[in-house]
Amino acid sequence: MTLGVVMLVHTGFGRAAQMARHWAEAGCPVIIHVDSNVAATQYDPFAQSLSEFPDIRFSTRHRCEWGTWGMVAATQDAATMMLEEFPDVQHVYLASGACLPLRPIEELRDYLALRSDTDFIESATTADVPWTIGGLERERFTLRFPFAWKKQRWLFDRFVQLQQILGLRRKIPENLVPHMGSQWWCLTRQTLDAILQDPNRAVYDRYFAGVWIPDESYYQSLVRLHARKIESRSLTLAKFDYQGKPHIFFDDHLELLQRSRCFVARKIWHDADVLYRSFPVAKDPERATEEPRSGRVDRVFSQAVKRRTRGRQGLYMQSRFPSSDRENAVGATPYAVLQGFDDVFPDFRSWLTRQTSAEVHGHLFAKDRAHFVDESTVYRGGLSDSARLRDYNGKMFLTNLIWNARDKHQCFQFGPADSQDIRWTLAKDTQASIWVVTGAWAIPLFASDRSASDVRAEAARLQRIEHKFLKSLRSPEARARIKIKTLAEFIEAPMETLQTIIDDIAGHRGTALTEVPQMADLTGLPDFLQDLKNQGMHPFLTGDITENAAAQTRTVPRRKPYVISQK
Amino acid sequence: MPDASGTVRHGLWHAYRLRWKRRRFLFRIWRKRRQIRAVADRTGQITEASILAFVTVRNEIVRLPYFIEYYRGLGIDHFLFVDNGSDDGTAEFLRAQSDVSVWTTQHSYKLARFGMDWVGWLQWRYGNGHWCLTVDADELLVYPDCEARDLKKLTAWLDEKRTCSFGAMMIDMYPKGPLKDVDYLPGDDPLKVLSWFDADNYRDQIHHYYGNLWIQGGVRERMFFAKDPARAPTLNKTPLVKWHWRYAYVSSTHQILPARLHDVFDFTANSRVSGALLHTKFLPLIVEKTVEEMSRQQHFENAPLYADYHQRLTENPTLWHEEACHYDNPSKLVALGLMSKGGWV
Repeated sequence: MTLGVVMLVHTGFGRAAQMARHWAEAGCPVIIHVDSNVAATQYDPFAQSLSEFPDIRFSTRHRCEWGTWGMVAATQDAATMMLEEFPDVQHVYLASGACLPLRPIEELRDYLALRSDTDFIESATTADVPWTIGGLERERFTLRFPFAWKKQRWLFDRFVQLQQILGLRRKIPENLVPHMGSQWWCLTRQTLDAILQDPNRAVYDRYFAGVWIPDESYYQSLVRLHARKIESRSLTLAKFDYQGKPHIFFDDHLELLQRSRCFVARKIWHDADVLYRSFPVAKDPERATEEPRSGRVDRVFSQAVKRRTRGRQGLYMQSRFPSSDRENAVGATPYAVLQGFDDVFPDFRSWLTRQTSAEVHGHLFAKDRAHFVDESTVYRGGLSDSARLRDYNGKMFLTNLIWNARDKHQCFQFGPADSQDIRWTLAKDTQASIWVVTGAWAIPLFASDRSASDVRAEAARLQRIEHKFLKSLRSPEARARIKIKTLAEFIEAPMETLQTIIDDIAGHRGTALTEVPQMADLTGLPDFLQDLKNQGMHPFLTGDITENAAAQTRTVPRRKPYVISQK
Repeated sequence: MPDASGTVRHGLWHAYRLRWKRRRFLFRIWRKRRQIRAVADRTGQITEASILAFVTVRNEIVRLPYFIEYYRGLGIDHFLFVDNGSDDGTAEFLRAQSDVSVWTTQHSYKLARFGMDWVGWLQWRYGNGHWCLTVDADELLVYPDCEARDLKKLTAWLDEKRTCSFGAMMIDMYPKGPLKDVDYLPGDDPLKVLSWFDADNYRDQIHHYYGNLWIQGGVRERMFFAKDPARAPTLNKTPLVKWHWRYAYVSSTHQILPARLHDVFDFTANSRVSGALLHTKFLPLIVEKTVEEMSRQQHFENAPLYADYHQRLTENPTLWHEEACHYDNPSKLVALGLMSKGGWV
């Protein structure tokens, strides 16, 4: 049995000639179609260079503009010629000038000989497979496309819209179920003959001439009417990007292509000398019957599509700058914002570090400078601690910080004394967990031993700022995980909240707390707060702290579980 | 899209104004065309598929040997240099290269929009239809997989994707230790001594007027511009463009008109392929050169504002710090998120 090759060429004639010779030398007749747009100065030397091969012939030339009927007409003529002039041909392989056989052609022939009834053509119904780019799935079969997509894009789009609005539809010929798939097929003589000799061919041709990208649907649909056995896959390895354009294989894809064990691959970069030298690989009797497996290639390329369509979460860079209203997650990884805890527990940061091994920063947004985990002036990635640089674009500071240490869970302290411009970014970020003990700012004021009248203005300011922050956190737009407790609620049962924080940060590794941080001595705080009230400044965010609860904190050091081990 | 500098302008009226702006630039380029004079015209070598490089230089004899060699290896077919009054042998060196055409001028670099008017004229004359790389002598272009794939492949791939421009971010490279304390000989790979950079302290925002992504940050901002971040050097560039005679760069290669050409990023959370320009400014000679530049005052719009920066450069500073990142290869920049592979597999 013989394999015939129909080759479509419109550019890269040097390589195309090389490939045609290659197929012919392996004993395959080749019918070449050259785009009629190609000038005689290119066509003639190309045809001349192949004249020594009697089994390489040229078919009637058509104009092949992408997405139009010309491509199908070209293959029809070439395939008819193939069937008429080479009666031995049992399978016809549609290839292009940029297709490169990866395995010996003999192996492909043997493979096809064992499957003499099988048509290899990717063919899927549009109803079931949402493959296509640009939203024209079913509609490419029901609308009309008089304008060229590439050159008259605006008219193309408008005309599609117009038809959609008016509800215009073409009738699909009877019996025909639209299918689509890769344009690179390998059909048996019987099937191809049946398609080309179909009594209704004129009807089908007329219909498909008006379909958009008919070369991906003409044979794919008609084969369903005639084939005995369809293997819905292409023997040609071709990968497409998210826009439906073919990926190009370069020299450094050598290993990937070797491992694929596919018979033919496209598109090959015309200067990929290494690939053209290395393929087809030498005959290897042990591997001659192997099936193609494109799994690894699929993975590499689908990663690219994913990267191209999703990008790397939390990365803001020159070629990725998602607009804020489209993205819910700002940071690259989850992080925690802790407000008020370091006021309640002076030793909170080192305690949290010991418990979770997270990266526990100080007040990153403090007015004086960014207090990184180790109080360094430059953090990972060269992030400066300068408050001015940070505040110039706080969101970028935050995203850079999270991105730079994305291998760790980061936490930072926040408070009403800090720069507040970042608050909406924090509140809206789904990656953020925000824990607030409201009114905790009262503790340092109380501990400062200044009288209530001295600190009154400061307390009022902090309360106002915190209230504003809480308003952002409680707005419907807030998407972070947010837990708010008043100081009073918190000191009643601090363990509960701390355990939740630890679990949240450490994930499944979180264990029951063995060690609790030392709470500040709050004895006398209720009186202090009452004093503030008497001055006319109601600290409503602290909640109602009883003397009892406050006094508890004093006894803490003497109670066993509250002792900090100093080892 | 809100950002630090206010609202981004768009709409038909703005587009129309940008169009006139571009025409004014082209007129200006045409008006200044006689400021440069050809001293070695080998442009006859340029063929249809040639990739061209456009460079303005002044006293770059130390960097040029490696520069030319590097870009030849990357697939540049012809170099078009404008020599702005060098006196260190740069002109002689360039004339001796077989694939270089040289123009010379003694006019003001600053008044020629930092050389963009001169280069603009050459692009107008020779660039049409070619992929044109516009870089400075201290910029080395890298992009994902560039060791294995030269510019011919990249540009063919971009052609295939119907993309006519390619973005690259400048990354300032610096040595470990004080700037002057390293040895560099002309012809050496500058990245052997300048092998460190800041991995990610870059700020992105949309430029309110031109709509390009405006990147600032890096070591120069960290060290010298912390007091005035708005003045920190701009790092985004669009150095590689399939040229059309109607195009014009605005300010260095940071912006280009028509503005669609510098849309090299995505709003929709995707990522496109992009590269990086490794900036070899901080070779040991920077210290002397800065002294000279300070007296020439040719470099920035508002030279006195940069006085402090230049003053500190002359003091042989150390830019290196504990968190500095060592440059190994382009893949490292991809992993760090400084450039992206996009669909370039």
